[in-house]
Amino acid sequence: MEELTILIFAMAAVTYLPRFLPMYVLSRLEIPKAFILWLRYIPVAVLAALIVPGITTVERQVHISLGNSYFFASIIAFLVAWRSKNMMLTVTVGMGVVFLLQWFPFC
Amino acid sequence: MALMATTQLLLAGAKKAIPIVLGYLPLGFAYGALASIAGISLSLIVMMSLLVFAGSAQFITVSMLAAGAGSASIVATVFLVNLRHLLMSASMATYLPQFPRRLLPLLAFWLTDENYAVACCELRESEKSHLYMLGLFGTAYGGWVAGSVLGGLLGGFFTSPSALMTMEYALYAMFIFLLVIQCTERKLLFAACVSGALSLLFYLTIPGSWYIMLAAVCTATMGVMAEKWKSSQS
Repeated sequence: MEELTILIFAMAAVTYLPRFLPMYVLSRLEIPKAFILWLRYIPVAVLAALIVPGITTVERQVHISLGNSYFFASIIAFLVAWRSKNMMLTVTVGMGVVFLLQWFPFC
Repeated sequence: MALMATTQLLLAGAKKAIPIVLGYLPLGFAYGALASIAGISLSLIVMMSLLVFAGSAQFITVSMLAAGAGSASIVATVFLVNLRHLLMSASMATYLPQFPRRLLPLLAFWLTDENYAVACCELRESEKSHLYMLGLFGTAYGGWVAGSVLGGLLGGFFTSPSALMTMEYALYAMFIFLLVIQCTERKLLFAACVSGALSLLFYLTIPGSWYIMLAAVCTATMGVMAEKWKSSQS
């Protein structure tokens, strides 16, 4: 058990460094204009990169059908987000669709 | 004023964390349950959530421990999996002048994919007080730790995969919402499409979790190059 405690501390350290260092270093420097321009793309790029594999694959294989409830729910969630601009509504409707597809599977 | 205003700001931030908590509770629960089934004691399960606070890394650790992996390989894997936060941390730096410097270490500790996604959306919209950010990040952290505690306690007895799957979808719905409201310009919408396609391609072809970082770096670089090219044309 002693060993596991040390492991957790080591994990904490290697997780913290990439979260802290860029923020710390860049907050002391004047960030170059070109880099700011580049960073402006990062939020949308990261979000899209998180979403697409998560909703189009199952166990690292492309799986696009009604059987993939996340994919179907995401189409609905996208429409709700776009029309309503309301986060809680988007989350609730999205979860509702996943829930329904779990209990009433169409395939 | 002080106390009322402070509480109000903390609560306003906490409210924005509700979708994150909806996702973190079942994920934390699943982590705690798997860890307890793997024979890890409750105190260590909770300690990992308190000190590491990184979902995917904790899941990988549990499965590696169950498979009998050595500590060095676990730490190396966790490091690689969490390198993606380098980008998010750099991107957060552009908003930092708003916050007291002494809070940087704490805000950085709480920088997860989900917290980052909500935070940069909120910050892009308008300036936010540091209390608001503390309420937001702290609530998400509480949700993760609470989920782990419950999972560690009850995991052996209760698991309903379909209920967990439904609740975990909260995170994707939230990401989709945040993406939709951030695509305010045509170039950003285009970047999102490119990044999503690249990410899927890398996810299918490159093992590990490099796909997020690679897709984002390629997309941002192409975006800047396209802007340069366009301005040189006119």
